Amino acid sequence: MKEITYLEAIKEALDEEMARDPSVFILGEDVGVYGGAFRVTEGLIEKYGEWRVLDTPLAESGFTGAAIGAALMGMRPVVEMQFADFISCAFDQLVNVAAKNHYRWGAATPIVVRAPFGGNIHGGPFHSQCIEGFFSNVPGLKIVAPSTAYDAKGLLKAAIRDNDPVIYCEHKYLYRRVKDSVPEEDYVVPIGKARVALEGKDVSIITYGAMVHTALEAAQTLGGNGISCEIIDLRTLLPLDKKAIFNTVKKTSKVVVLHEQTKTGGIGAEVSAIISENCFGYLDGPIIRVAAPDTPVPYSAQMEEVFIPQTKDVIDAVEKLMRY
Amino acid sequence: MDIRREELLRLYYYLKLARKLEERATSLYHQGKILGGVWTSYGMEAVSVGYGCALERDDVAAPYFRDMGAFLARGISAKRIMAQYLGKKTGVTGGKEGSTHIGDLNLGVFSFPSHLADNYPVGVGAALAFKIRGEKRIAVTCTGDGGTSRGDFHEAMNLAAVRKLPIVFFCNNNQYAYSTPLRLQMAVNNVADRALAYGIPSKTVDGNNVVEVYTAAKEAYTVARNSGGPTFIECKTMRVHGHSEHDSAKYVPRELLDAWKTKDPILTMERYLAGSVGMKQEELDGVTAQVVKEIDEAEKFAEESPYPDGTDCFTGLYATPIEEE
Repeated sequence: MKEITYLEAIKEALDEEMARDPSVFILGEDVGVYGGAFRVTEGLIEKYGEWRVLDTPLAESGFTGAAIGAALMGMRPVVEMQFADFISCAFDQLVNVAAKNHYRWGAATPIVVRAPFGGNIHGGPFHSQCIEGFFSNVPGLKIVAPSTAYDAKGLLKAAIRDNDPVIYCEHKYLYRRVKDSVPEEDYVVPIGKARVALEGKDVSIITYGAMVHTALEAAQTLGGNGISCEIIDLRTLLPLDKKAIFNTVKKTSKVVVLHEQTKTGGIGAEVSAIISENCFGYLDGPIIRVAAPDTPVPYSAQMEEVFIPQTKDVIDAVEKLMRY
Repeated sequence: MDIRREELLRLYYYLKLARKLEERATSLYHQGKILGGVWTSYGMEAVSVGYGCALERDDVAAPYFRDMGAFLARGISAKRIMAQYLGKKTGVTGGKEGSTHIGDLNLGVFSFPSHLADNYPVGVGAALAFKIRGEKRIAVTCTGDGGTSRGDFHEAMNLAAVRKLPIVFFCNNNQYAYSTPLRLQMAVNNVADRALAYGIPSKTVDGNNVVEVYTAAKEAYTVARNSGGPTFIECKTMRVHGHSEHDSAKYVPRELLDAWKTKDPILTMERYLAGSVGMKQEELDGVTAQVVKEIDEAEKFAEESPYPDGTDCFTGLYATPIEEE
C-alpha cells in the first residue's frame, strides 16, 4: 500500500490504463502540454504523445461527439471537461447520442467524461456547480463520484473498462486535500456499489463526494454526544445501489441525505423517494435532506459558506431527527 | 473520371432501390401501417447514393435521415428497413427506433439522432480513431442545409481541420429546412462558403447528378485517405415534396417545384446511361424489375414479421449491465 492524494489517484488510473490498453486516449482543453487546468494529466503527453493526449479546440460538444465516434470505432476515450460546469455545452451529445446509442441500435459507447465538480474553492457560479443532477434523469448514462483516493483510482479504472458512457464526477476540493492508501497492484472499484464509510447504529447519513468528509466530521462530534452515525458513501449515483441504501435504513431507521448539489430534484430526492417506496415500514422519522439551497453557487466566501452544507448543518439535522 | 459500366449500373440500381423503397413506405404510411412519420429522400437520392457507393468496405458513414441511398449501399437490406418502418422485431433496431434511425456497426453505418448535425462530430471521432491507429480508412458524414446552422456542424468542421482528419463532409442542400428557406437559414450564397472559415477545401456539385456526386466523393476520399485532410461537398438539390408525408409544402413556390421536376435524379441518370453510355432500355428495365421484386419481398417480409414484445422496452439499456445481487 502507498499514500497518494485524490488527484494523484486520478492521474495514476489514467496512466496505468493508457499503458495497459492502447485504445485509451485523452482529449479536452489544455490537457496536453499544459497538463490540464488542475494538472491531472501532467506528464502524460510526454509519455503517450500528442495523438493520445489531445489538446482540442474550445468546443465541448464537438470533442464529446468526437469521443463518441471514436468509441464506436473501438477506442476508449477519456474526455476532460475543464470544469464540470462546461459539460452543459456537451449536454446534447451525452444525452441524445452517447446515452441512447446502445438502447436505440445496440452500439456500445465506452466513453468516460471527467467532470471536476463542486464548490468551496471560490469559483463562483460557473466553476463550482454540481452537475450530477442534470444527468441522473438520463437512462443509459452511469454516474460515479468518488470521495477517497482509493475510490478515485478504482472507479476511474472501472469507468474506463466499462462499455457504457460514464460521467466521472471528481470533486476538485478534494484534489490535494484528501490522501489515503491505495494498493500497489491493479484493482478496480465496481460501478454500482456503495460503501459503508462509517459503521453506526442510530442514524444513517447517505452522501457522496466531498460531503462524505463533512459527514465524517459531524459523526465525530455526534459520537461524543452519544449518537452513533452510519455513513453511506454512494460512490455510484446512477444507477443507485438500492440494496446498500435499504440495508442501512433497515439497520438505523433514521435517514439524513446529504449533498452539495442544490436540493430540488437532486440525488437526495431520489434516494428519499426509493426509501419511502421500499422501506416505509422501517422508518421511525422523516427523511431529512441537507443540501445546497436552490440558487446558483455564490462567489463571496460569506455566501458560499452558507450555500455549501457545513458540519454544523449535518449535526443539527441529525439531532433534530434523533428528537423526533 | 472514368466510371466502369458495372459501377454505373450499381449507382442506377441504388437510385431506383431507394426511390421504390421510399415510395412503398409512403404508401404503407397512407394505409395506416406506419404509425410514426415517413421522411424521404425523394428527388434527392443521388446525394446519398453517390457518396455511399463511393465508399470502401472498411470506411464508415455517419448519415442523416434523408440518406436512404447510403444505408442501402452500405448493405442494410430493404427487408430490415421495411420491417423497421413497421416497428417489427426484425427491423434494424428491433422496434426500438422508427423510420431511418438505423445503424449497423458491422456495416460501418452510424445511426443518427434527430438533432441535426449531431453526427458531424461523431463522424469526426471515427476519423480520429483511424488517424490515431494509423489506418487507411475514412469517415463521411452528411446533414441538410438546416443542420449547417447548428454549433455541432461548426465544432466538427473546425476540429477535423485542425487535426487534418480523414473525413469528408456532405451537405444535402435541398433549399428548405422544414418550411424555412435557405435565405432565412444563412447569409452566404453557397453552404460550401461556410467551409472557407475552417480552412477546409470545398466543392459545390449538382446534387441531382449521381455521377457528379460520386466523382467528387471519390476524389475527396482519395485526398482524405492519403492524409490530405477533410473536404466539404455541398450537393445542391431540391426537396420536391413536403418535409415529411404529413406536410403539403404549400410554402414552396409552385414554379420552383416545377423547375426541379425536370431535373429528377433518376431521369437525369437514365438520360445519361441511354445517351453518353449507350445502355439499352432492356438493361435499365432489368434493373427496375429486380428492384420491384426486392421491394415486394421486403414488404412481404416486413408484414409477416412479428412485433416485438412490449416488455422488450426494458432490454438493452446498458452494454455492461449493473448486476443486482
